[in-house]
Amino acid sequence: MALMKMKFDMKKRVKLAQGLWLMYWLAVVAGVLVFSMGLFFKIELRKRSEMMDNKESHFVPNLLILVGLVACGINTFGGKICYDSLDATKFTKWKALLKPFLISCFLFNILLFFAAFLCFTMRLSLQFTLAEGLKNSMKYYKDTDTPGRCFMKRTLDLTQIEFRCCGNNNYKDWFEIQWISNRYLDFSSKEVKDRISSNVDGKYLMDGVPFSCCNPSSPRPCIQYQMTNNSAHYSYDHHTEELNIWMRGCKDALLSYYGGMMNTIGALVLLVNLLEVAVMVGLQYVNTSLSTLVNPEDPESESEGWLLEKTVKETFTDLMEKMKSLGKNNQVEEGGEEQGVATVS
Amino acid sequence: MVLMKMKFNFQKRVKLAQGLWLLSWIACVCGAITFTLGVFLKTELRRRSEVMDNTEIHAVPNTLMMVGLASMGINIFAGRICQDALDPSRFPRWRSFLQPYFAVAVFFTLLMLVAVIMSYAMKGNLEASLKIGLKNGIRFYKDTDTPGRCFQKQTIDRLQMEFQCCGNTDFRDWFEVQWISNRYLDFSSKEVKDRIKSNVDGRYLVDGVPFSCCNPSSPRPCIQHRLTNNSAHYNYEYQTEELNLYTRGCREALVNYYMGLMNTIGAVVLSIFLVQMSVLVSLRFLETSMAAVAGQENVEIETEGYLLEKGVKETAKEFKDNVLKFLQLNQVQAAEGGEQKAEAGAAAPTS
Repeated sequence: MALMKMKFDMKKRVKLAQGLWLMYWLAVVAGVLVFSMGLFFKIELRKRSEMMDNKESHFVPNLLILVGLVACGINTFGGKICYDSLDATKFTKWKALLKPFLISCFLFNILLFFAAFLCFTMRLSLQFTLAEGLKNSMKYYKDTDTPGRCFMKRTLDLTQIEFRCCGNNNYKDWFEIQWISNRYLDFSSKEVKDRISSNVDGKYLMDGVPFSCCNPSSPRPCIQYQMTNNSAHYSYDHHTEELNIWMRGCKDALLSYYGGMMNTIGALVLLVNLLEVAVMVGLQYVNTSLSTLVNPEDPESESEGWLLEKTVKETFTDLMEKMKSLGKNNQVEEGGEEQGVATVS
Repeated sequence: MVLMKMKFNFQKRVKLAQGLWLLSWIACVCGAITFTLGVFLKTELRRRSEVMDNTEIHAVPNTLMMVGLASMGINIFAGRICQDALDPSRFPRWRSFLQPYFAVAVFFTLLMLVAVIMSYAMKGNLEASLKIGLKNGIRFYKDTDTPGRCFQKQTIDRLQMEFQCCGNTDFRDWFEVQWISNRYLDFSSKEVKDRIKSNVDGRYLVDGVPFSCCNPSSPRPCIQHRLTNNSAHYNYEYQTEELNLYTRGCREALVNYYMGLMNTIGAVVLSIFLVQMSVLVSLRFLETSMAAVAGQENVEIETEGYLLEKGVKETAKEFKDNVLKFLQLNQVQAAEGGEQKAEAGAAAPTS
C-alpha cells in the first residue's frame, strides 16, 4: 500500500519537473540567504566579543554557515537532476544516485530543523555569557593604561551610548566598583583619603556613573555625580528621577538585541526548511513517476508516483530487518573465517 | 558644413539599432539610480533640517530627482524609437516628434551636469545655513519647557554624539551661552547670584559643556565643568588636553559629511551623464541615417548619418529663429485678434 499515490501523465510530469526546477533555484537563493545570515550573526557576535567572556560559543553561526553552503550544493545538484529528468536518456545516468541523494536530503532537513531549534535556545547560554562579560568589562573600565585592556573604557562607553543602557543589571552596579583610575585621583586630598579608608578593599567608590549613562532626552543637564544626595542638586529627587540616566541594564539591552536577531534568523531557517522538504517531496515524485512507466518504451505513457513504496510502518520494519541482516552477515562471515582458519591450522 | 558625418551600411544600421536598444535600457536603469540618489540625499538633508536655517541646498536633490525621472522617460522613448527604426513603415510617424524630443532630451541631460556643479557651488550656502542653525540650536538648548523647542536639547546632544563634534566652531561656543535652564538653578545660592551679577545680560554662564561633548576615547573620566580651571582637577592641563572632549566643531563635521556624500553622488551622476549623452548621440545618428532610407525602394542601401546638418553656430541660430518665430507668431496673432475686436467694437456702435 503505497503512501500518497498519484497518477501522472506526460503533461503532468513535465509540469512537475519544470515547477520543481524553479523551486530548486529558489532554494539555492534561500541557501545563500542562510549562509549570509550565519555570517552576519558571526560578525555581530565578534563585534561585541569584549562584552562576553571568552567562553562564548560560535557554534550556532558556524552551523548556519555550513548548512547554507550544503544547501546551495544540494539544491544545485537537485536542479540539475530535475533539468535532466525531462530527457529519458539523460535521466538514466542519474537513476542509481537518486535513492541515496534523497536519503541525504532527508538527513539534511533534520539538520536544518535542528539548527533552527538551536537558534531559539541559544538565548539561555548568551544570558550567562553576557552577565559574566559585562561584569568584567566594568571591572576593567579604569585600566586604560594596561595593555590589552586599554580600549575597554571606550568599548563600554560606546556600547552604553548605542544600546541606551547603564551598568550590568542597572546603574547601581557602577557604585560598587572603582571606575576612576588611580592616576587621576589626588591622594593628598582629604576627600579621597576618607573615601579610600572607609572601604575594606581600599577602593575609591562613589555614587556616580560615567557620562555614557546620560540620557539626552532629559530636560536638565545630566547629573552623574552625587546621585543619591538629593541636597547636592537643586530640585532633584533621585527616587523619582527617571529621565536623567538610562534605567535599563546593558545585559537586558544586549540580550533583547541578540534575542530579536536570533528569533528572526530562526524563523527564516524554519521557512527554508519547509521549502527544502517541499523540493524533496517533489523530487521523490519525479523519481517514482519516471521509474513506473506503464509502457517502458513509450515515454508518453502514464505512470504512478508515490512518497513511500510501502506504508510508514512497513518501511520502518523493512529498514530494521535490513540492518539486522547486515549485522548477521558480518557475524556469519566471521564465524566461517574462524572455522576456515581452524581447519587450516 | 555637416558635423561628424559617418557612413552607415545596412549591417551597421541594424547593429546600431540593436546596441542602442540595449543601451537605452541600461540608461533607463541609470535614470532610476539618479532618482534614488536624489531621494537619498533629500532624506539625509531633512534628517538634520533642525540645525539648518534654510532649505536652499535642497535644490540639488530636487534637481537630481527631476532629472532622474525625465531621463527614465527619455530613455524609454529612445528604446521605442529604435525598435521602430528598422521598420520603414513604422519609422516615419516618429519623424515630426524627433526635433522637439532632442531639444528636451539635451536640456535635461545638461541639467544633470548643472546639478553636479551646483552641489559643489552650494557648499558656502550650506555652511552659512548650518552656522545660523547651530547657533540657534545651542541658544535654545536649555528651553526644554518651551513648546516647539523642547526637543532642541535632544537633537543637539544626539548630533554631537553621532558626528563626534562639540559646539558650532568648537567647544568654546558653549561658554558664551547659558545652556542650563533657570528651572534647575538655585537662585538662593551665593554662587549662582554671583555669576549672574557678573554678567551684563544676567545670564548664568559657565566654562563647562554638556555631556554629549565627551570623547569616549579619553583615558580618564570626562571633565565637563570648570574646563579652564587647571587646579580644579588633578593632573589636568587645559591647554594640552586633547582627548577629553571632541575638538571638532559640528559645523565642520556636518559640512564634511554632506560634501563627502555629494562628491560620491556627483561622481556617479557624471558617469550616468556620459551614458545618457551616448544614447542621444547614437539615436541622432540612427535617425539621420534612416531618414535617407525613407521613400527608397531598396532598404539596404548605404546612407550617411550626421550629428548636425549644419555647423553648430548655424544650427543654434536656426533654433533661436524657430523659437522666436513661434513666440512672435503668437504676438502677431494676438495683435490681429486685437485689431479685429477693435474693428468689431467700432462697427457695432456705428451700426
